Amino acid sequence: MQRIGVFVCHCGTNIAGTVNVEAVSDALRKEPGVVFSTNYQYMCSQAGQDIIKNAIAEYKLTGIVVCSCSPRMHEATFRKTAASAGINPYMVEIANIREQCSWVHKDTLTGTEKAIILGRAAIAKVNLNAPLTPGQTPVTKRALVIGGGIAGIQTALDIADAGFPVDIVEKKPTIGGKMAQLDKTFPTLDCAACILTPKMVDVAQNEKIRIFSYSEVTEVHGFVGNFDVTIKKKARYVREDICTGCGACTEKCPQKKIPNEFNLGMDTRRAIYIPFAQAVPKVATIDPDHCNMLKNGKCGVCSKVCTAGAIDYNAKDEFLTEKYGAIVVATGFNPIPMDKFDEFAYSQSKDVITSLEFERLMNAAGPTGGKLLRPSDGEHPHTLVFVQCVGSRCEACAEKGKEYCSKICCMYTAKHAMLTRDKYPDTEVYVFYIDVRTPGKNFDEFYRRAVEEYGVHYIKGMVGKVSPEGNKLKVQASDLIENRQIHIDADLVVLAAAIEPDKSARPLATMLTASMDTNDFFTEAHPKLRPVESPTAGVFLSGACQGPKDIPETVAQAGAAASKVIGLLCKDQLTGNPCVAHPDEMMCSGCSNCEKVCPYGAITYVDKEFRMPDRTTKVRRVAQVNEAVCQGCGCCTVACMSGAMDLKGFKNEQIFAEVDAICR
Amino acid sequence: MTNTKRMKEDILRMSGVNPRKCMKCGKCSGTCPNYDEMEYHPHQFVSMVEEGRLEPLLASKSLYTCLSCMACIERCPRGVEPAKLIEAVRLLKERQKDGNHLTANDIPARIDDDMPQQAIVTAFRKYTK
Repeated sequence: MQRIGVFVCHCGTNIAGTVNVEAVSDALRKEPGVVFSTNYQYMCSQAGQDIIKNAIAEYKLTGIVVCSCSPRMHEATFRKTAASAGINPYMVEIANIREQCSWVHKDTLTGTEKAIILGRAAIAKVNLNAPLTPGQTPVTKRALVIGGGIAGIQTALDIADAGFPVDIVEKKPTIGGKMAQLDKTFPTLDCAACILTPKMVDVAQNEKIRIFSYSEVTEVHGFVGNFDVTIKKKARYVREDICTGCGACTEKCPQKKIPNEFNLGMDTRRAIYIPFAQAVPKVATIDPDHCNMLKNGKCGVCSKVCTAGAIDYNAKDEFLTEKYGAIVVATGFNPIPMDKFDEFAYSQSKDVITSLEFERLMNAAGPTGGKLLRPSDGEHPHTLVFVQCVGSRCEACAEKGKEYCSKICCMYTAKHAMLTRDKYPDTEVYVFYIDVRTPGKNFDEFYRRAVEEYGVHYIKGMVGKVSPEGNKLKVQASDLIENRQIHIDADLVVLAAAIEPDKSARPLATMLTASMDTNDFFTEAHPKLRPVESPTAGVFLSGACQGPKDIPETVAQAGAAASKVIGLLCKDQLTGNPCVAHPDEMMCSGCSNCEKVCPYGAITYVDKEFRMPDRTTKVRRVAQVNEAVCQGCGCCTVACMSGAMDLKGFKNEQIFAEVDAICR
Repeated sequence: MTNTKRMKEDILRMSGVNPRKCMKCGKCSGTCPNYDEMEYHPHQFVSMVEEGRLEPLLASKSLYTCLSCMACIERCPRGVEPAKLIEAVRLLKERQKDGNHLTANDIPARIDDDMPQQAIVTAFRKYTK
């Protein structure tokens, strides 16, 4: 029989406000096995932990039940307390009487009754607990960064700086991401390329960093410290090791009319191309959907002009499997499609553009060489209308917009408006806003400069309709402060499109068993206290894949994720979770059900010799669990027909004892 | 319960609109094709109903100048549906006791040859108690 101590926490008024803690500790004192029961204001405080330690010594406790908050919050705290007082940490059970009781009940009677029942269940379980010892696993000292935008670049540089090798997997032909497409960056207005491209070069030159560009992650196996990742290197039909990036092929290729993704389709590229001048790696790529040679074998111009002999039309996708200790997700974002917002006429007029397209129009390396010209007729626009929150904060139609605020639009719109007025003082610039959100260092000052110094017209209200008429765009909008409807004949309309996570994020999350929210942003382990870690051990988050973010925040998060990775890779051994599956070989029928359901591939079957009662031996096929790989999810225990599989720390008899205690 | 409070509840129940969802962006009024003819604009209907300022709305001609084109419903990013709210205020006004806007005797004088009979019946139903 265990000697159990029960410790009921008030959590200030969080629990004590709805639960009569005195009554709970009195009632639980009468439970079988309980030799001590008390309550205290804050069990997690130093004084609270001392109460537990003293009780362990005084009453020779062998098991602990803490009735407090969720085990996600303080289970580790109390396990440490127990360990320091000489009890096995797995002899501690938490009864969650806060999240699952006091916070959801308003009535003290019901709250108290339920708290007692939850405590009773935990006591019933501890009565059957056995001490557990976690195993140790080695750590592969190499990190994988998925995504080569500013988030991935910064994370990789910081990890490499600590001396660990890093691989970047980028699905596009070059790293750089969205930041490479930007013109200037708020609020300092330094040129994006000037601050990004040196970092790209650093990545290329860093001996610790390998870049897998034009590549994708296709499979992930393993667990924290020991991931096996399969990377698909898409055939680029140009040998990366030989190509010098001279660009001769990209000038001679006869296929000229392919929309250039880098300039968002506002100009064209060839079938063999280098995305932009500062691309890393600076290597040409053949677009197999448009190359004549690959489609019908008639051309071969690029291979003739290539003096290095780098063209290889027979290239195939390559798959390679690498080992990593940690994985950082940095898959970034995209603006949402605008074609469903009929009222803004995006699909009808070339002169209605998105903000990212506007960045390219203003960029010296963009389709117009940095001159602000209307995409339809190449004329200089005089009246510009910026519409904010297009698709952001849009709850009504999930198939069109996003419910959340995209966070970066207020600032980049202020930047666009300011730059337009600065470069072209002959323009009139209107910004329609719902709210101007500028929380950030020097952000509000920046927005006010746009209004006060540059004379941008900020109008509180939303554009209802844009209709192309002749070479003008008729904009109809409301001005809520003056309570009137406005009509503007605009030359260019710029839509601040909402941003969404990259489409590759969802399948990647499945591969990583990392959780996502309903918007496909990766969920962090704790929204405040563990913002750069995924709840899946060994998977870290960097940049906009976790939520909308501007560049300073992304870089900060990238550094934070890198420091978490470094903290992990520094360790030689990781302490595992001892709550793993364990088969009773005498009961195992060798059916393979558990092997099929195991999401981690932790179960294998072996032929084992058993001694029979009549002293003969018999070879039987039985399940075996790799305790280093098992994550303790419990799928196998459910699938096992003969009841041979059990989870340490969550044995079937413990769960039944809990249920019995609840139903008593 | 005060009269205004009851009327507000009636409007919300009839329309099924929750004005608290409004984030005051003004897209409804930006989109309204009959804006200039309306004394109170769609966004004002939403906020005035929420605040319980119903008397000015009930007395306003805006109730009848709304075209019920539903553009505001289509484009509201929060799904507030202002036109349904306006319709509910209109119904509340018409359903008030002794508030006939047409009597049977008024009809003959208003009939012109081009008006379909259906329209006359509809108007009679709509504007009388």
